[in-house]
Parts: sequence; structure tokens; C-alpha cells
Amino acid sequence: MKLKRGYFEDIRIFRNRASRFWTFLFILVLALLPFFIKAYYLSVINLMALNVIVALGLNVLVGNTGQISLGHAGFVAIGAYSGALLMQLGLPFVPALLLAALLTALIGAFLGIPSLRLEGPYLSIVTLGFGLAVMVIIGRMDVFGGRTGMSVPKLKLGWTGLPYDTALYYVFTITTVVLVIITIILLKSRIGRAFQAIRDSDIAASVIGINVSHYKTFSFAISAFYAGIAGCLWGLYLQFVTPGTFSFMMSIIFLATIVLGGLGSVTGSVLGAIVMTYLGLQLENIVGVPVLGDVIVAFSDSLMNTSGIANIKWVLTGLILIGVILFEPMGLNGLWLRVKRYWRLWPF
Amino acid sequence: MISQLLVNALVAGSIYALIALSMSIIYKASEIPNFAQGEMAMFSTYITFILLSVLGWPFLYALAGTLVFAFCLGFLFEFIFIRRAKEPNLLGFIIITLGFQMVLYGLAGWKWGSDQRTFSLPFSESEVVFQTESVVLTEHNLASIVLAILVMAGLYLLLEHTNLGLAMKASQQNVRAAKFNGIPTNRILGISFGISSIVGAIAGVLVAPISTLDPSMMWDPLLKGFAAAVLGGMKSLHGVVIGGLLLGLVENLFGFYISLEFKSIVAFAIIMLVLFIKPSGLFDKHYVRKV
Repeated sequence: MKLKRGYFEDIRIFRNRASRFWTFLFILVLALLPFFIKAYYLSVINLMALNVIVALGLNVLVGNTGQISLGHAGFVAIGAYSGALLMQLGLPFVPALLLAALLTALIGAFLGIPSLRLEGPYLSIVTLGFGLAVMVIIGRMDVFGGRTGMSVPKLKLGWTGLPYDTALYYVFTITTVVLVIITIILLKSRIGRAFQAIRDSDIAASVIGINVSHYKTFSFAISAFYAGIAGCLWGLYLQFVTPGTFSFMMSIIFLATIVLGGLGSVTGSVLGAIVMTYLGLQLENIVGVPVLGDVIVAFSDSLMNTSGIANIKWVLTGLILIGVILFEPMGLNGLWLRVKRYWRLWPF
Repeated sequence: MISQLLVNALVAGSIYALIALSMSIIYKASEIPNFAQGEMAMFSTYITFILLSVLGWPFLYALAGTLVFAFCLGFLFEFIFIRRAKEPNLLGFIIITLGFQMVLYGLAGWKWGSDQRTFSLPFSESEVVFQTESVVLTEHNLASIVLAILVMAGLYLLLEHTNLGLAMKASQQNVRAAKFNGIPTNRILGISFGISSIVGAIAGVLVAPISTLDPSMMWDPLLKGFAAAVLGGMKSLHGVVIGGLLLGLVENLFGFYISLEFKSIVAFAIIMLVLFIKPSGLFDKHYVRKV
């Protein structure tokens, strides 16, 4: 096994030439994809990209810093609404995106302040309450259209010469790739190491000179920043935002995403978000699946109720969550590492 | 008017206190905040509904059947899921309870979600028991308060005057020492989950007539109950009850005098303030962790 000999070997992004090759190949595939697949799949990939961004941020907070947030949909909502408002006021896209994300980060830092003294269930109830409060407050504000919601202006992407869907795909993909790279760098830097030290033991971290309160607040702010960006893009994706979109269940699904993917790893966030989005879309029309669908319909007819069949989505998501914790606590990332280790020495 | 507000506050407060108690029993026993509590209560309430309206049992039998079902649900939840957790940590337990919550929510929606139900109990909320010019006390109000007091008294007797309560307290204080003294701590934990599920189910039966009977009916009461538990200090049972009553009082006063619109989030504003001053709630001792 090759050992690391210096600090710079530890912090560099690509471990070896092979990983650099595969990464660039992957980015190339992403860039050429719109010319080969249908518009529906582009919109699926867009949704995956949104979930990847939220999962990256949430994983920094939950997986790397060890804080719990059950109110992340609230941050996404703040990003979506403030981005939509700024764009309606005529701000160009990039400044609006950054301003919305910074505003969300500021609110995240404020929410981070109580987290300095709270832990476990107390923190979870505060974040949960925050997520609900945001929706109630936004639902009462006329500038955001109240309960009916507000429409989000389309981007002016005509200058690219591409169809709107394709151009939007590039906006989403580029943002996601940039954020993934930033997250990897962040987690390898002093800041990321400080986060992990706090997760493992905050007392030990403060003893070795890490400013715990500073970094905990910062972790909340970063996490909220990502959620803000995702929210702003979410508005563009849906073209119309209502308070009902960003519900309590959405926050739980975000948490489920990173647990499924693997806590504390960037690969895990990406994998989890992709799988969870795909599953979410597939479970919506599970009746259409060839054999399984018929079995489920027959089962519903005899024991359950056919009209409530969409609820099977919740049952399966819940079972997946429980299954991951019981059988594979490191999530898909852990599974991936084990598969890799198994094949490394394969036929011997 | 103020006396009517106090009555409403007392009713809401006793329901919150019941939910808070059910959260607190589990939290004391295992340090797990059980987010599935609301859905477990909702499921038990559906069982009551079926026993009462579909099978036509008398109310007391239906209630007894529900309580047995609730106990089994809680016990099996602990036995099947919580006990099997590998490398358990707080986040893992929270995820398991959230997952169980989703499963129950999905199952209930699958089976019963599509139709509206009217849930009628022998004590209706339109029949007035007691009326003066300023106060109206309906049967449902009276039943809520009486049932809450009965449950609290029962819990007190159970915890203070039975061997089971002694064993529960022993395994809460120190699992290993309790095990050495021959207490089957795993079974005690399962029984704690069962008892907490019973308390939650009673709260569910009381909530159903005043809201609608549907799979998401316990979301709001659960969050309020959880907030009440945090307000009182999750580990102190009397604190949790006081927290529930306090929350009901503040919420109703706020709703009447300041703003009805923001009534639903005032609970969270209060707990944020309280936790800012006393991080472990009002009535819990705050232990400073030592290295």
C-alpha cells in the first residue's frame, strides 16, 4: 500500500491519475449528455442536481460537524423566495443567486447560535420549529404572494443559442460541479478538519485550540448557504413556489438522503441524492412496474385500499431509512468502499 | 372571557401534557426522542375508530382494545427496530424513529387515507355539561381533563408504588448496575416504549374529535407536545406536565390577545427563548459534561 508522505499529498483533490481521468471523463459525459437524451431525463437530472446541492450542505452540518437539522426545507424556502424576489426586482441571475444564498447563510448563522448550548433532541426540536416557522411566516407575507405562492421569472438564456431546458441543465450542472469541488476542498482544509474534530469530541477540539462556537456557527452558515443556492435554483426549476412545497416531510427526505448516501462523505451525498431522487420518482408510479405493480394492486384490493396506493412511497422510504441504519450505517458510500476493496484483489 | 380562555388552555394543555409525557417516558429510559410517537398514536386512534364504528364495540371495550394494541405497537417497535441498531448513536435512533413514522404514515394513508371519517365518541364536543354566562364546558373538555388526570395519577402510582416502576427507574439511572441486580433491562425498555405508546394513544383519541381523523392529524399536536416536553425538561415528568399546561396557556392567551395567525408558531419562539436561558428546560437539572 502506498503511504502518504506529505501534507500536500493529503490535501490534493485527485488521489492519482486514474481518478483524475475518470473525473474528467464524467464531466465530459455530463457536458455532452443533453445532445443524446430526452428533455424529460434532463429535468430528472436537474432535480437530482438540486438534491445533490442540498445534500452536500446538510452533510457538512450533520455528517462532518455532528449537529442535527430537521428544518432544512426552511433554508431552501428562504433561498427560493429571496432569489425569486431579487430576480423579480430585475437583478441578474448570478448576483441574485449569491445574494439569496448569503442571506440564507446569515439566517443559518443566527440559527447556529442556539446550537452552541444545545445538543441532541433539544437542537432537533429548535431546527424543526424553525423549518415550520419559516413556512408560516412566508405564507403570511404579501410580498411573497401569501399562501398562493409567487411565480419565478425565467432566466434570460437566449444568448447561448440553446433550447431553454438545455441551457437550464447547464446552469444546474455547472453549479453542482463547482459546489462539489468546493466542498471537497473545504473538507480537506483546516476548516473541514476542525468540523470533524468538533464532531468527534467538542471538548477535545476546544482543548487543541479550535474555536468551537465559531466553527459550529460557521458550519450552520455553510450548510444554509448551500441550501440557499439550491432553493434559488429550485424556484427556477418549478417556476412557481408555494409555501406547501417546502414541508416538514421535505426536511426528513433531505436527512434520509444523506443517511442513505453515507454521513460525512461527499461521494455519499452525491450517491444518496441521485438514488433518492430516482427512487422518489419511480415510487410515484410503482403501479406501472411490470410484475410488482400487479402484485401491489392485487394486495391493495384485498387488504388495503387502491385509492391510497401512492402512500406506498412513504412505507418504502421509511423501510429504506430503517434498513440503512440497521444493516449498513455508512450508507451507499460504505457499500461502495466495500465493493471496491473486494475487487481490488479480485481473482486471487 | 378570560375564564373561557383558561378552560381552553387547560384542555389544550392537558393534551399537550399527555403527548409530552409519552415523549418523556421514552427519553428518560433511552435518551431517544421518539418522532414516531405521533404516528403511533394516530394508528391506535384508527384502531379505536374501527373497533367503535365498524365492529360496533362499546366504548370502554374499544378503549381497552386500543390500549392493548398501543402497548404491543410500542413494545414491538422497540423489539424489532430499536434493539437491532448497530453502533447506535443519537442520529441513528432519530433516523429509525423518523423511518418508522413514515412507515406508519404510509400504511395508514394506504389503508384509510382516502376517505374522510367522522369520529364520534360517547363524549361529544357539542354537548354542554356546565354553563355560566362566561364559561362553557363541553363533554369533550371535561373528558380530556379527567382522562389526563387519570393517566397522570396512574403513571405516578406505576412509577412510585410498583416493582415495575422501581425497575424502570433503576434502569434509567444506571443500566449496567440494574442488569447486575437482575433486572431484565431490555424487557424494561420495551415495556417503557409500550407504556409511552399507551399514553400517546389516549392523547390521540382525545385529539381526533376536535381535528379530523386522517393520517397527518398528529403532526401538529406531536410538535407541540414535543415542544412542551423540551420546555419542561425532557427528563423530569412533573416538569413535562407543567410545560404542557404552560404551553397551552401561553398559546391561547397569545392567540386571543396578540395574533391568531401566529398562534401555531408561538410554541417554538417560547422554547427557543427558554432554551437560550436554560439549555435543559425549566425543570431538569443541567449536567455539565465532564471529560
